[in-house]
Order: sequence, then structure tokens, then C-alpha cells
Amino acid sequence: MAFDKMELRDIEVWDGNFAAAQAMRQAQIDVVAAYPITPSTPIVEGYAQFLADGYIEGEFVMVESEHAAMSGCIGAAAAGGRVATATSSQGFALMVETLYQASGMRLPIVLNLVNRALASPLNVNGDHSDMYLGRDSGWIQFDAYSPQEAYDLNLIAFKVAEDHDIRLPAMVNQDGFLTSHTAQGLKPLSDDAAYAFVGEFKPMNDMLDFEHPVTHGVQTEEDWHFEHKARQHNDLMVKVLPKIKEVFADFEKISGRKYNLVEKYDMDDADICVVCMGSSVETAREVASEMRANGIKAGVVGIRVLRPIPFFEIIEALKDIKAIAALDRSSPNGAAGMLFNEIAGALFNTDSKALLSGYVYGLGGRDLTKAHLVALFKELQANADAGKITTQLQQFIGVRGPKLAYL
Amino acid sequence: MSEMKKIKNLKEFSTSADRFEGANLLCPGCAHSIIVREVLNATNDDLILSASTGCLEVCTAVYPYTSWDASWIHIGFENSSTAVAGAESMYKALKKKGRLKQPDRNPKFVSFAGDGASYDIGFQWISGCMERGHNIMHIVLDNEVYANTGGQRSSSTPIGSSATTSPAGRVSYGEKRNKKDIVSIMAAHNIPYVAQVAPNKWKDMVKKIQHGFAVEGPVFINAVSPCTTEWKFDPKDTMNIADLATDSLVFPLYEIIDGHELNITYRPKNIVPVEEYLAAQGRFKHLFKDEYKYLIKEWQERVDEKWAYLQRREEARV
Repeated sequence: MAFDKMELRDIEVWDGNFAAAQAMRQAQIDVVAAYPITPSTPIVEGYAQFLADGYIEGEFVMVESEHAAMSGCIGAAAAGGRVATATSSQGFALMVETLYQASGMRLPIVLNLVNRALASPLNVNGDHSDMYLGRDSGWIQFDAYSPQEAYDLNLIAFKVAEDHDIRLPAMVNQDGFLTSHTAQGLKPLSDDAAYAFVGEFKPMNDMLDFEHPVTHGVQTEEDWHFEHKARQHNDLMVKVLPKIKEVFADFEKISGRKYNLVEKYDMDDADICVVCMGSSVETAREVASEMRANGIKAGVVGIRVLRPIPFFEIIEALKDIKAIAALDRSSPNGAAGMLFNEIAGALFNTDSKALLSGYVYGLGGRDLTKAHLVALFKELQANADAGKITTQLQQFIGVRGPKLAYL
Repeated sequence: MSEMKKIKNLKEFSTSADRFEGANLLCPGCAHSIIVREVLNATNDDLILSASTGCLEVCTAVYPYTSWDASWIHIGFENSSTAVAGAESMYKALKKKGRLKQPDRNPKFVSFAGDGASYDIGFQWISGCMERGHNIMHIVLDNEVYANTGGQRSSSTPIGSSATTSPAGRVSYGEKRNKKDIVSIMAAHNIPYVAQVAPNKWKDMVKKIQHGFAVEGPVFINAVSPCTTEWKFDPKDTMNIADLATDSLVFPLYEIIDGHELNITYRPKNIVPVEEYLAAQGRFKHLFKDEYKYLIKEWQERVDEKWAYLQRREEARV
């Protein structure tokens, strides 16, 4: 091999962006086509530096827009090799057309989505608007709550996406700045162990196999389009979650770190819980422990895989809970929140008597404080005690001015 | 080494095995298929092809059929250039890593797109590919209109043409803006090779395509593609219209090497008046009303001026 391995310490201090870049290096990606945007830029800068320093062998294509970035990734993936990129927010929005094309063409690209608000007004800080924008695009969506998880889930994403039974692109979400720019101690795998885990890329329908020409990206109208889309949905519904579980188990064997489709914290005997994503999960866990010290049986459910939605795991996690809060870090703009709807949809036909309320928080990087969560858990306890929802169904928390509540 | 085809005459050309099947849905008389065959027939090397959304794409890859006997990709309207640039990047990466399945091959990467997908919506993507120096060839099938969607004006639509979004009417002569000079814009990227070609001059075209395949780096080709449907002429007249286009010098055939060395590659023995080119097409019919005849005169002046300019450029070698 014409590149050098990197000696890593048992514990490295990396932020989420550098952790993702390191995982991409260890996966020995063949092509990265990318365009810079805050806060994801350091990921592709990191890759460029690894390339410049001889720690990787591949092609880095610095294109002229995010649309072109994903277009180049699609061409490269169809040619037959390991492909990844990174973006955020407006760049992700510009990519949206090509996201559907990548998944419809069943190309296993890994996209690091460093979550950031969507303009207008322009904002560079973290919320989940971009993550939500991508949720119907046919991609697998993982969510990392910390730099360690951003690293781990990148390695996992390649292995899931590239499996020949799956062949679907995957996003690894992490919170802009809160995770992407926060350095923490984490435990990387060695280069050899990481590459052995991800495995060699095995091409399928690769354009560069000149003996077997292939046509990618065909036209289908009312005669075949539905069958193609249905088949893609079927694979997402039937094949992907079992594969993710299998890969999580493989990863636990080599790293000792256990991942689940739905991450439960103190849920075994909980009366009330919050369901959330991103770095808020860690804050909520801390507050839940404090609530328990005060006699409130609080728990936290983190969504680890947003697409495909772990429907039955959500039911299982929430079946005995009396009061649930769904926390959405994206403005629903005229509806209940996405997580609220997913949870309501999962629980509706069950025997659950849970009281479900929704909270919109943290837009544009506004902090979710422990005080917010303490108040929220108290509201949930009040709901549980009263046997009904004591507030309006949807509330905004942490926003200035008169309290905003709806439904 | 690259392997270019040696085709002596048109008969040999027409029977030469190619990788674009006659089984496609393009209109009878469409020049697209003729140009594509001429391009693909220029080399025996492996081809990795892309197409932007448009007539060529919707007529050649309707599931479960394909007209392409070489690897081909379509993503969207604007990005055929970047699609094939991505594939070319993967080729370079796998070559470096020694992971190509057939390492001894010498593939050519070609992107096809219409004028809408090149002059307009895909302009930035093409410019990016040219600037970055990918070893690709982008070919515009220039029929001066959004033909696939029913004849809307593009920035390639010439002044005076009647298009569905710039129609000639009681008080309008149709398109008001003159055609964008994309060849000069692409030459300004200082890429190794830029050329304008026409399907009726197939030897000139094949020579240019072979030149383009032989150089390292990005190549841009603008191919005039007479459109029987939108230009409104009889399908049997495609080549006659192409002859009028090149012989009236409305479409002069030339090349620009390394962004500066301009060579005129076809000098008509008898230059045909622009009026004859216009008169042969329904899209210009209204220009022959008395009140619009000045536009024909102006058009002739523009063509004369451009021809003089090209000759000066050729002579000056700058």
C-alpha cells in the first residue's frame, strides 16, 4: 500500500468532525467529492490533510457546490468504490435532489450531516432542521450524540450501507458545534482493526467493469416507477434494521461499545421519559438521574436510527410509560413535531395509555439547559399524576417572549 | 495507448459496429442519435458515458430497456458532467490503488447534454468540471431549445426564433436575446480542447472527437443538432438543414486549442445566405413578414462579423 498507517493512542482527544474524518481515513475511502460549509467543513479538510500527508490514497474532488458534491459522489459510487462526503444545512438543502437519486440508484454513499439550522434567518448553529429535511429521501439515518459515536457510527454506516443486501446510502448525523466542535476523549480502533471491521469494498453493477456495461439512472413512468420505489421501501422496512443490529453486535465485539436502534436510559421502571436526539440525549440523561434522586422515576429514550424508524423498538421502550415528552429540535411549521408524530403513530394501536406531549426546543443553536429539562420532567410527572395532559399538547421551550403553546 | 477507429468512408461508418443501438425512441430525423453514433464510433476504447435529463436520456434508457452498450449513467438535468467526472475520479483512485478489474484498459469519459442542460441549468457544473481538469469530454447536443419539454427557449435559442416561452405573435418576433457564445466561455477556461462540430461534417467531427480523446484534460464540444420537431422541418431534411447551418456559417466549424489557438476547420466553397438557412425552418417563418425582414439583414451582418472575427483570431494565433 502506498500510504502510511497512523499510530493512534488508546484515548485520543477529538471533536466530532475530526472523529468522522478519522473514521473516513480508516475506511480508506476511494473518492470524496465535497464542498465546504460550516460546521461540517473540518471533516473534508481533515480528509484533505490526511491525503496531503500521505495517510490515505484516493481522490479528493473539491467541487463548486453541494449539489455537485453529491452528483460527483453518485458518479463515483456508480463507477464502483467507497465514497463519502460531509455537509450541513443549506448545503444539504441544495443536495436534496441528488439525495433521492443516490438512494433510488441504490448507491452506498456515506454522508456526514453535521446538523445546523436552515435559513431564513441565516444561522450557523445546530438544530435538526436539515436532518428532518432528509428523512423521506430513502437514506439510512444514524444519529450520534457525541464525538465517540460520530466515529463509531461512521465505521458502522459503511458496513451497513455497502452490504449487498442493503445497497443504500447512509447519513451519520451529529450536532453542529455541540458535537462537531467539542473535543472529548474517545477510544478509536487501530487502523487495522477499523479497516478489518469495515471490510474491503465489494463493487456491484460497477461502471468500471468494462466487460459488463451497466445502465444507471433510467426512466420509469407509471408502468414501473411504483415497483422500484416500493422495493426500496420494502428493503428499508425489512432488511435494514436487522442488518444494523447485526453490525452493532459485530462492532460491540471489537470495541466493547454497544449500540441499539433505540437507546434506553433508566427506562426499566420509569414512569415518565423524554424522547430526543443529538447531544440533548446526554443532557437529558444527566437530568433524569437527578430527578431520580428526588424520587421522580424519569428515563430517557434516544433515537439512534431515525430511518428506517425502529417502530417496534419505540413501542417496546415506551409501552409502560405514563407520560412521554417528544422533543423536536426543528420547527414543525404548522404541525405537531416529527418525533411526536412518529411516537404517536407507533403507540396508537397498542394498549399504551401513555400521555404524549411535544416540545420544540433549541432552534438555531439555542441551549437546552438542565433547568428546562427539570421543568419539563416536572410537567410530565404532573401529567402522570393527573392522568391527563395538563398543558397544551405542543410547547416551545427556551424561546423569549410570551409562552408559545398549541394544540 | 488509445485506440482510434480508422473509418475510410460513410458506408464503412454506417455499418461499423457501435455501442449506441438503433433501438431508441428519438424522433425520426433527430440529429442526436447521428451525433452520438459519430462520437462513439471514433474510438475502440472503453467508454463510460453520462447523459443529462433530456431527449437523449428519456429516449434511450426507458426501463427495462437500454440503448447503451457501454456503461452509462443519468442522474439529473444539470449534472451529467459531474456524474462522469465522479466516475473518472473513481477510475483514477482505483488505478492508483491497483483495484481496477481490467487495469490495461484506457477508458474515455464522455458526458452528453442538451443546450438547456449545458448553457443554462448545468452551466456551473460544466464550468466546475472544466476548471478542475477532469479527463472528460462534455458534448452539447445543441438544438437551441428545450426540446424534451416541448420547445421552451434556452439561452442557446437564437434571436428571432419562435419558442413556446418566447413565441412569435401579433406584436412579437419571438426570442429577443441572441444565443450565448458558450464556445468562447469554455475556451476561456484554458482547457486543452474546445470545438464546434456538426453531424453533416462527420469526418471533421470524428477528427475533433479523436483529438479530444487524445489530449489529457477536459474537452468541450458544441454540436449543432437540428431538431425536426422544434425547428419545424421535414425529418428527411435533417442533413440538409445541417448543411445550411454550416454553409451559411451560422454554425462555423472551428476548434480552440489550449484556450488560444483557433483553427477554422471548414470553409464552405459556396457560402449560403443566412436567409436560406432561416427560410428552411418553420421557427423563423414569421421573420419573412415585411416588418421583420430587418432582423434577417441584421442576422447576416452578425454572421459576417463573427466569420471575420474567427478568421482574424485564426490568423493572429492568439
